[in-house]
Amino acid sequence: MTSGALIRVSQLWKSYPGTAVLERINLEVERNEFVTVVGASGCGKTTFFKLLLGEEQPTRGTIFVAGKPLAPEPGKDRGVVFQRYSVFPHLTVLENVLVGLELRRSKFLCRSFGRRRRDEIEQCERMLERVGLLSSANAYPDALSGGMQQRLALSQTLIMGPEILLLDEPFGALDPGIRADMHGLVRELYSELNLTVLMITHDLSEGFRLGTRLLVFDKVRVDPHDPDAYGATITYDVPVSRNRNNGNEPTIAALESGV
Amino acid sequence: MRLINQRPSRGAAIIVAALPFAALVVIYLTFSDIRLEANPQDKLLPSVESFADAIRRMAFEPSVRTGKILLWADTAASLQRLFIGIGVSALAGFTFGVLNGMIPWFSAAWSPLVRVLSMIPPIAILPILFIMFGLGELSKVVLIVFGTAPFIMRDMEQRVRELPREQIVKAQTLDANTWQIAVRVVAPQVMPRLMDAVRLSLGAAWLFLIAAEAIASTEGLGYRIFLVRRYLAMDVILPYVAWITLLAFLLDAAFRKLNAFLFPWYGTNR
Ligand SMILES: Nc1ncnc2c1ncn2[C@@H]1O[C@H](COP(=O)(O)OP(=O)(O)OP(=O)(O)O)[C@@H](O)[C@H]1O
Ligand SMILES: [Mg+2]
Repeated sequence: MTSGALIRVSQLWKSYPGTAVLERINLEVERNEFVTVVGASGCGKTTFFKLLLGEEQPTRGTIFVAGKPLAPEPGKDRGVVFQRYSVFPHLTVLENVLVGLELRRSKFLCRSFGRRRRDEIEQCERMLERVGLLSSANAYPDALSGGMQQRLALSQTLIMGPEILLLDEPFGALDPGIRADMHGLVRELYSELNLTVLMITHDLSEGFRLGTRLLVFDKVRVDPHDPDAYGATITYDVPVSRNRNNGNEPTIAALESGV
Repeated sequence: MRLINQRPSRGAAIIVAALPFAALVVIYLTFSDIRLEANPQDKLLPSVESFADAIRRMAFEPSVRTGKILLWADTAASLQRLFIGIGVSALAGFTFGVLNGMIPWFSAAWSPLVRVLSMIPPIAILPILFIMFGLGELSKVVLIVFGTAPFIMRDMEQRVRELPREQIVKAQTLDANTWQIAVRVVAPQVMPRLMDAVRLSLGAAWLFLIAAEAIASTEGLGYRIFLVRRYLAMDVILPYVAWITLLAFLLDAAFRKLNAFLFPWYGTNR
């Protein structure tokens, strides 16, 4: 593979005292890929995201983003949406989107004023309109449904124009119908904004439907007397082609028996 | 229906809530009557008239000695001490709590000290305060601060730590630095918690205030009740206690209202 990959992970290991979580992770993600990540509960998917975010540090190995080693803390090039708690409960919908722009401009007062503020609000309103939240601009997140909160979380992140979007089970808590809407939205935003997306999901078919590439995390080495002795690694890495819906079925079945 | 599932209606709730109060009044009046019957000079359970008389003297007529209306002068003096003390505690608790909850190095340095200080019974250091700060206002305020600040500090620290990690990470992906996270994410979210912590500290603040006033003061609600105790003036003490209770109740209610008003997002989020 070329070294032009946006994300490059080589020989990454992560263990906590007494628990090996990840081992021998090697991965290259090109710009504008949509990578979905599946794996058994507790196998270390979120841990992998924490490493990518910079919230946790690898035990061994390095992560490169755009050719540079990752700073050891979260930053603005990697946006994130979690399953819960992604938005700020004390800010209204509009303020939640605005806050990123304000923080970028105003390092001390943390607020923008006057004309610039009006421009920023306009920009936020366009974003809210795009995700269908404009009518709730003045509501607090608490008053929103789960799906609307996740739309808000997406717009809050995307207004900053991150290169990489990390989604950790963003639709895990949503009803199936709303989930389908959100799939559509994420696909659209992905192609409109030329994002590189990594998304964890528990739903294998969701992984196939949304992504351009699917990763399966699993343990290859298992010590039956000490289940925490070995970590998980990437056991399957399959490209998903868009226009071949039925052709995927056997692969899904094969993977499901493997997972 | 099971007892745990039977709920009083609104009207019934008011009535049953009033009953214990009414019973207390009736019991008091009965025993007061019995004692005054036996000895009209009895001071332990004064009659309604002597209360009215005492209240008129304390709350509506200037004192012959100082020319001030005593109840109001006492109330003003006590509330001033209480507010300064609790205000300083709130400020210290908030600052310290946010720093401690957010910054690992800060908390590594200061948390152990605060934990130890919070173990010292405040009344035990009252003599030290009197020696160091004299018998004036300062030592009373310092006692209130000493008695309430450690709790507020530790509560705030706890509240900051309780904020979902996701929010702090999210803020960092929005390019926020430490100061910005403090100002836009942490501080506004723990503000209503601070109001709650202060409200819950008011009980302790009253306790320390009255203790300090009882020992060394020239005016104040606590000073007054301990002063008139020498004359067994129950007709003054009981109205004063009722007045302190009312003030405490009103302050508590005011803090609740203020919290709901200032932080509309908070109530439903709890
Ligand atoms: N801070 C930590 N200290 C110790 N062990 C941890 C820590 N964080 C995670 N782990 C362990 O790492 C393992 C992987 O956790 P992780 O949250 O990454 O799993 P996951 O694949 O995201 O699971 P799920 O699908 O349920 O979200 C778990 O066994 C967990 O107990
Ligand atoms: Mg997870």
